[in-house]
Amino acid sequence: MDENSAARFQKRLSNWTLTSLLFAAMTIICLPGLWIVLNSFRPAVEIMAKPPIWIPQELSFEAYRNMFSGAGQGGVPVLQYFRNSAIIAVTSTVISLAIGMSGGYAFARYRFKGKGGWFLGLMLTRTVPGVALSLPLFFLYAQVGLIDTHAGMILAYTALNIPFTIWLIDGFFRQVPKDLAEAAQIDGCTRWQAFWRVEFPLARPGIASAGIFAFLTSWNEFALASQLTRSTDSKTLPVGLLDYTAEFTIDWRGMCALAVIMIIPALVLTYAVQKHLVSGLTSGATKG
Amino acid sequence: MATLTLSKLDKKYDGFHAVKGIDLDVADGEFVALVGPSGCGKSTTLRMIAGLEELTSGDIRIGDRIVNDLPPRERNISMVFQSYALYPHMTVAENMGFTLKIAGRGKAEIETAVAETARILDIEALLDRRPAQLSGGQRQRVAMGRAMVRHPDVFLFDEPLSNLDAKLRGQMRTEIKQLHARLGSTVVYVTHDQVEAMTLADRIVIMKDGVIEQAGSPDEVFNRPASRFVAGFIGSPPMNMAAATVRGGALELDGNVAAPLPGGFNVSEGQRVVLGLRPDDIYPEGHGLHREGGHAIEKRELTVSLSEPLGNETLLFIEFGGQTWTARMLNPRPVRGGETLTFNFDYSNAHLFDAETGGSLRS
Repeated sequence: MDENSAARFQKRLSNWTLTSLLFAAMTIICLPGLWIVLNSFRPAVEIMAKPPIWIPQELSFEAYRNMFSGAGQGGVPVLQYFRNSAIIAVTSTVISLAIGMSGGYAFARYRFKGKGGWFLGLMLTRTVPGVALSLPLFFLYAQVGLIDTHAGMILAYTALNIPFTIWLIDGFFRQVPKDLAEAAQIDGCTRWQAFWRVEFPLARPGIASAGIFAFLTSWNEFALASQLTRSTDSKTLPVGLLDYTAEFTIDWRGMCALAVIMIIPALVLTYAVQKHLVSGLTSGATKG
Repeated sequence: MATLTLSKLDKKYDGFHAVKGIDLDVADGEFVALVGPSGCGKSTTLRMIAGLEELTSGDIRIGDRIVNDLPPRERNISMVFQSYALYPHMTVAENMGFTLKIAGRGKAEIETAVAETARILDIEALLDRRPAQLSGGQRQRVAMGRAMVRHPDVFLFDEPLSNLDAKLRGQMRTEIKQLHARLGSTVVYVTHDQVEAMTLADRIVIMKDGVIEQAGSPDEVFNRPASRFVAGFIGSPPMNMAAATVRGGALELDGNVAAPLPGGFNVSEGQRVVLGLRPDDIYPEGHGLHREGGHAIEKRELTVSLSEPLGNETLLFIEFGGQTWTARMLNPRPVRGGETLTFNFDYSNAHLFDAETGGSLRS
């Protein structure tokens, strides 16, 4: 075998190895998700079997049927929870994005006193684990009457998300050359028009990613929500999962079915937004 | 088109005085180049004219309007940025038509204006492309097209050619000059490249440390530089200079070299001066630029330390008056380092500057 074909073989081999490794990694990452979907269709006996049954023996939609079949027949107020989750997640995401955009833009474009300190301070708030906030927040909310309300949850999630959205969006605005906004102003735009017509479209991937992250955080959060919500008026889907636990039993199948219901909107949203995540939009603006 | 007047224009940043009360009149249709080294205030001046930078004091007048506090959009100016600053999410046509769209013009009018400008700049084939799909030279053209499309009062150029390679730069330089001749627009052009300034401008304004050192035609700033700085900045290779003392009607250079005192300068006995002589005025015998009759020629035997052949000419480096001077040899023959030649020093175009202030001593 001459040198060239040896090199070619080596290249193919390493490609193949890499592909298999990636496949293995993806399997490990995806397995829990698939397991949840699978379990939502299987009877409890099969789920709890030891040794585990990998290939399902019987599949049914019973868990889903039960879920929507009202109290007393194994039903949970899914639609109510879904509505709560949607209102809380969407509203807090919109507010986080609005503030994140203003803050990110200010950090990226303006010089002001204590800028570094402010930025570090924002980042430091991210170091506090959400659970650690639950007790102080509980006391505070109890005082002002925000327990078990949409407003209370929206406020908490907005506060959690803002540092992150500011940080992410700041990075994207930094990539948009300042010259572009100046060129737009010379072309006749007001400062505001220059932002909306030139800088905003170019930072859109960042804003979209920040939006996805903020939404998923609010949509999936459990620790805070389990403390700050009580009734079906404000309980979110993750808290609703607890409805499947009774004193001595846990309905794993039902829980998995509700989890699937939870995952679907998150997947749909991520899929819908990902087309905005095209990077490299700013290429060609300035000397490349 | 309009005139542009800067009076007592001043800009201070925190602890830094960028532009120090400069005055400048740009006539209608005039092409003025602002040149100077980095940090001389030329770009700040341009940005103040554009309205991208607030002025600390002074006035900017475009036509008969004082525009000091007007936002850029109300000044009716166009600007070509060093980075081109094309909108990457728009096609070339959209980039060029953007200003008209913002101004609320109709679709048909925008299309006609863009097509007309594209025709002038020969970029019709590029109209549907995005900036990322263009080469550097094409982007440069589009940036110019965007500036031209709405017929502004004043065109501002901020080092528009500095990102291009040498060949393309030369080509674009010619095109800008042709465009100016054709459109007759008022132009303020910032560059650090004196060749660009010399070739393009009707008038060159040389700035240093926030003040105007000299403003004049290319011929004036080259042949009658107002200061040592201007003399060193304009011309390539730069003017040779050496410190000297006026003694007994002649110049005494460092290293005990004597040189004749050029005429037409106000000097006093014992004064410290700087003698300046362009490389064109020093040449090996028979290889010069000037006709030799009637000129104050001095012949010297000097050893060449290094030679740089450029094809049509060769630059020779010689030790003179304690400095390394450059001589220009036309119709060159091969010269090696270490070779001794007879050089003609033509003092009829020599310059004298005050050693302290750097100002020209021309009477």
